[in-house]
Amino acid sequence: MRRAALGLLLLVPLSLVVGLWAGPVTLSPLDIWDGLVHPYSDSAAIVRDLRLPRVLLAFLVGGSLSVVGASLQALLRNPLADPYLLGLSGGAGLGAVVAIAINPGWPWAVPAAAFAGAAGAIALVYRLSVVSGRRLDPRVLLLAGVVVGSFAGAIMTTVASLSEAAELKRAFLWLLGGFGAASWSALVVFAAYAAVPLVVLLLSGRALDLLALGEESAKHLGAEVERNKRIVYIATSLLTAASVAVCGMVGFVGLVVPHAVRRLWTPMHRELLPVVFFLGGAFLVLADGLARTIVRPLELPVGAVTAIVGVPLFAMLLRRNYT
Amino acid sequence: MILAARDLSVRYPGVARRVLDSVSLRVEPGRLVVVTGPNGSGKTTLVNALLGLVVPDGGSAVLDGKPVSGWRRGSLAKVVGVVAQREEVVFPITVWQTVMLGRYAHLGPLAPIGFHDREATLRALRRCDIEPLAERRVDTLSGGEWQRVRLARALAQQPRILVLDEPTASLDVRHEMELFELIRTLVADGLAGLVVTHELNLAARFADRIVLLNEGKVVVDGAPAEVLRREILTEVFGWPVAVTTWWDGSPQVVPLRAGEAAPG
Repeated sequence: MRRAALGLLLLVPLSLVVGLWAGPVTLSPLDIWDGLVHPYSDSAAIVRDLRLPRVLLAFLVGGSLSVVGASLQALLRNPLADPYLLGLSGGAGLGAVVAIAINPGWPWAVPAAAFAGAAGAIALVYRLSVVSGRRLDPRVLLLAGVVVGSFAGAIMTTVASLSEAAELKRAFLWLLGGFGAASWSALVVFAAYAAVPLVVLLLSGRALDLLALGEESAKHLGAEVERNKRIVYIATSLLTAASVAVCGMVGFVGLVVPHAVRRLWTPMHRELLPVVFFLGGAFLVLADGLARTIVRPLELPVGAVTAIVGVPLFAMLLRRNYT
Repeated sequence: MILAARDLSVRYPGVARRVLDSVSLRVEPGRLVVVTGPNGSGKTTLVNALLGLVVPDGGSAVLDGKPVSGWRRGSLAKVVGVVAQREEVVFPITVWQTVMLGRYAHLGPLAPIGFHDREATLRALRRCDIEPLAERRVDTLSGGEWQRVRLARALAQQPRILVLDEPTASLDVRHEMELFELIRTLVADGLAGLVVTHELNLAARFADRIVLLNEGKVVVDGAPAEVLRREILTEVFGWPVAVTTWWDGSPQVVPLRAGEAAPG
């Protein structure tokens, strides 16, 4: 099993190469190398300005979403948890759709509005879940997340149904996720922002092992449960909100990669989280590569690709482990 | 190290009467204290209040001379090992991994697992006679094995005080006896033991002291022979019982059939 998992990690360099190679313009490996090393070569513009930031951003987002998924599954003690479970998707979607409907003509308007919407949803869900003054109840968190998400979703549908068809399609595609708008500035902003919550989660491995047992046992084994829950909730939410802002909602990575690593590698979070980060990153880079090559020169939403490719893989994994 | 309740009272929001009413109790090294009483008499609340999971409404829980509320959970877990009443596994891990969780309080978030931690884990596994299960996933264990794994995890904490809430619920005679024998050995080695149980006859044979709770109050607190008496138990449990004596002198409780008269 471990050897299989080590093999999986080889996907990381492989995915980066494939990610740089894939795209509407066919480049040979030599062109890619040239573009990376020589700033004035013919391929430099494509490799350096378009593909490299896109690949790195997809890697970072894929890794982040997977770490978020793994952490939330432990926090909520729910194998079905994914980054969008706690109402963030609704809030972000609403923000984005409103921004697209209003169309203020400012390049960062959609991501900024999505982030604002997600942040609003986080605050609301958090407020609803803190019961009797100070306790954060994961069951209430789950319910509040679903309720806030549905509410935002309903408003989003209302706004969308009052908009023009072209806007509607744009909003819909944006929500499905994609890295078409990736740029160095988006990468830098995301990396700078994601660093703190990501490090916080990676350092929470043992706390998550204990939280996964349930609060009572976690306390008896020495966990500061209330503090840990808050930290994990806030870090995961902020990370998800940022990823939604840069690339819309990319589903499935955050749900499946943690499960795959749990089965193939280890269920203990201190080791699981870093592996999940690298594997999630590689998975999303490959999915994005596929998204921009199978129907080129058009592009598929990467969220559709992650599910189309990921579901069969995951179904195979399930069968192998349960029969 | 001594864990004590001093006039401990607990009130739950929306409940008129106190769930725990001025309960005092001492758990000390080399002694096994058993808390028993009818369902809803406040046993688990007492344990939770002693361990700082429930905020008392009056009185205090004191560990090593310091109020339990002033202890950090990490420090508490280094000296008190607990096997709680329920624990549901959502993400199955192996027995070894489970017992190693007992070392987390000593390790903190970052320190790598060292030789000493592996040693402590292995010793705990051996002590509970589950070393051969080390690589098994916990969701494949029987009820008795799972209880022993949880006890091993508490022992891996290398605690000075051991608290077990209904450790033998749903165990068969052999596993029940094995667990109590093990607890007794641990206490003989100097641990302070507190066990909550409904097994009056086991309590009679293993406990140094029995605390009988009813409606949040201590009814009697003393040696098994002082507590397990016919009038007291019949009154507290609301069911007629007879009490006989086993050859070693420990009282044994026999609940009577409806309409049956107590012998003698």
